[in-house]
Order: sequence, then structure tokens, then C-alpha cells
Amino acid sequence: MRIGYYPGCSLKSSAREYEESVRALCAALDLELVEIPDWNCCGASSAHVMSADLALGLRTRNLAQAEAAGLDEVLTPCAACFSHLAEARMELADNPNKRQEVADFIGLPYSGRVRVLNVLAVLDRYRDRIAAKVKNPFRYKVACYYGCLLVRPPEVVQFDRPENPQSMDRLLEAVGAKPIPWACKTECCGASFSVTRTDVVANLSGRIVADAVKRNAAAIVVACPMCQSNLDLRRPEINQQLEQEHGIPVLYITQALGLALGIDPQQLGLQRHLVPVELPEPEPEVVTADDDDDDD
Amino acid sequence: MNRSLENAKKTTSLASQIQAATGIALHHCYQCGKCAAGCPVADTMDLPSCQVLRLLQYESPEFDRQVLQSEAIWLCLSCETCHTRCPQDIGTPKVMNFLRGEAMRLRLAHPRSKDTQAFHHAFLGSVGRHGRLYEIGMLMGYKLRTGHLLKDMALGSKLHEKGKLNLLPHAIEDKAALKRLFKQTLNNPDSKE
Repeated sequence: MRIGYYPGCSLKSSAREYEESVRALCAALDLELVEIPDWNCCGASSAHVMSADLALGLRTRNLAQAEAAGLDEVLTPCAACFSHLAEARMELADNPNKRQEVADFIGLPYSGRVRVLNVLAVLDRYRDRIAAKVKNPFRYKVACYYGCLLVRPPEVVQFDRPENPQSMDRLLEAVGAKPIPWACKTECCGASFSVTRTDVVANLSGRIVADAVKRNAAAIVVACPMCQSNLDLRRPEINQQLEQEHGIPVLYITQALGLALGIDPQQLGLQRHLVPVELPEPEPEVVTADDDDDDD
Repeated sequence: MNRSLENAKKTTSLASQIQAATGIALHHCYQCGKCAAGCPVADTMDLPSCQVLRLLQYESPEFDRQVLQSEAIWLCLSCETCHTRCPQDIGTPKVMNFLRGEAMRLRLAHPRSKDTQAFHHAFLGSVGRHGRLYEIGMLMGYKLRTGHLLKDMALGSKLHEKGKLNLLPHAIEDKAALKRLFKQTLNNPDSKE
């Protein structure tokens, strides 16, 4: 199988380990990634404040480039990029006049054919294959942290449940993990305020880290580079806010699944985290009636 | 009310501009307060989201100004919790975006939004030049604009150690297309959100 791939800016720099683990995992699943030729920044949290048309143009140019490359679907691992591209697609879907106007702005034809998919939606298709390839069951209690833009607003993302999503839980269960019930699955981490309002990030991300720790999770698992960087890079500020030293690691879903599939931790970029990825002893294997035979 | 006065008010109020630019009809809000109840930063806002919407509903120049000068519009994280839970499907984050743009344009933005404005300018400057974000360049631009020269220096060097900062920009090939897009859309008077 091949699928279009929009990495976005962070996956080429501050979230390099996300790209490394996406590529390693997709290779293990025989899913070929075709990077959109000459892709540009989606405008992130800034373009739409200055100009709605600029934001729409930046987003649509990527979709138009994907169309020109003959792609039907684009995997967008960054939750913010995913939300922005999906929103552009939705905005232009029922508006041929606007579609033409934007096509003129970007100097490329755009029909709206390409679908935008987040990393969980793509991996969900491969859940059986992932389960079949497990080498080192990931037997840990995990806090599945979806954040905002993977699941909200529902009409843009067309994915999972907005308040209590399940897709990441299912994927991690498939490799032996035990997702905990917790209060912060879809709370906001402080998003793009990391540089300008670090105090807000420390406060909001602090609640998330504290709840995961309180419920004995061994790791927080994420599918968004903004969430990961707020929970990982801003850990000193978070710990200061909480007046505690929390060392719970923050893994990308692709890293957690990659470890379970036996992919080399270095290849998954685990060494790039600021909070060291140290996992406790795995939980004891639960033997159920169903897998009695396998577990002689 | 006098019909012509009412019409004049409707074409210039923020509520009417918001409806024209985004299609969002603020009079649909019936003040249930669900947006502010779920907002992760409501406790730090000088005007919680439901009050922003309420003030805009009056379509009065005085209240419009109060909203544009509030700090609340700069604290919205666009987490979309309010929008997702709104029984009337009002896209409040889009409204906030529009208000931020207007506050900047009319030079009414809250003094504590200076850093956030500088961040947006530095970010777009970087994307306009290279087509993609060049983090070091963007952060230098931000530091120069804000004077926060030393903030996060230690973090920056740690990121560099971990191979997470590119020393040089990775520009796209068709920079001319991006330049054209920036020029056309930033000069477009209809382009406000």
C-alpha cells in the first residue's frame, strides 16, 4: 500500500522523533509513504489570525500538490496540521466560487479529491497486522492522551468520539497495553502558547501529568507534536508548577507501537526526548480463558 | 428603534462583520454558558467566552470596543471544546480569531497580547520567507521583537543537543508561489478572520 504523507514543519525539526517513528512503523507495516512534493507550512496557529485567505491558501496548496502527485489520501501525523488541512478541505467542499478563488491564489488547480487522515485513523486500519507482529508486548498502564485537534470539532475531523475517544486505546490494547480510565483524555495542553505564555502551558499540562501519575500510568501516549513538546520539553515548568518531580515519559503512539513490534529504540528516536524514556517492569501477563492455549 | 439607525448599526457592528466573514450568527447564542464552563482558560479571562458573545450581541460601539480591548480574546487556545459542546454550534474559536485580527488592525489590542502578536509576526515572517517554519529564525525574530533575549536559551541548546533544531532553513522550491499568495491575501480587504 502507498499513501500520501504531509509531515509538516515540526516533524522535520523539534518533533523529529515523531517522523522517525512514523517512518519506521509504516515500513514495518509495508505502508509506503509518498511525501507531498514541495509541501509548505499549513500556517499553524498564526496565519488565520492575520488573514483567513492566507491560511486557506497555505493549507490548500498542500492538498493541490497532493492531487497533482496523483494521491487520494494524505497521512498527516501532526494533529494541528491534520485539523487545518481537513478544515480547508471542508470549507471548500461546498463552495465552488471560493475553491476557484483559492486555486487562483495558489496558482494550482484544486478539485477537493484528496482525503486527509490522522495517524490514528491510518493505524486503525492496520490494527490486526500490528497485533500479529507484536514481539515485545507493551504491558504497561498507559494514559492515552488525544488532546484537542484529533477529535474536535467533530464536523471537521470526522473521527472517533469527541469526549471519550477510543481509537488510541484500541491500538494500544492490541499490543498488550492497559489504557487507564482518566480525566484528561481530551483536555488542552496549552497548545501553541509554549513560547508566549509558558505559564498557561505549565498550568494546563500540569493537570494532565498529575492525573496520569495519580492513576499510576507508566507513560502518557500522544499523537500530536504540540502535546508532546508541552508535556516533555516543558516538564521543568510543569514540575515547578506542581511542586513535584514527575518523570513520567511521553511517547508518541508510533513509538509505543514500534517498541512492541521490536523496532530499535534508536530508530524510533527515543533518545531525543528530554524526559528520559524509562519504563518500569512490565505488568504481569493476564491469562484469560481465551489465550490459555497459547500460554502453556 | 429608528429603521435607518438600526441598519447603520448592523452593517458596522462586529457581529455583522463576523457573520459576513465567517457565516457565524451570534444571535443564535442563548447564553447557556456551556462554552465558558468547559473552557480550560476561563478562570484567567477578563471576559469569559459567553460574555464576549453576549456583548457582541448588543451591536453597540461601546461594547464592541470593550471586547476588542479585552485580554480574553488573546487567551483563547482554539481547543474547540466550546464549539464542540455548543448546542447552537457557534464556532467561538473562529470568532476569537476574527476579534484578534480586528484588535490588531484597529490598534486596540490588550497590552499583554504584545508577545503573542510578536510571535504571530515572527512566525509568518519565517513562513513567508522559506515556505516552512525555520524555528531558530522565528525564535530570533520573536526575541528581537519582545526583548525576551534570554528566555529558553538553555532549552534551545538542549534541543540542539538532541538533534531537534535545524541550524539552517529548509526552504521550499516554489518560493515565488508563496510570495504571491502572501501578497495577494494580506492585501485583500475581504480577508479577515
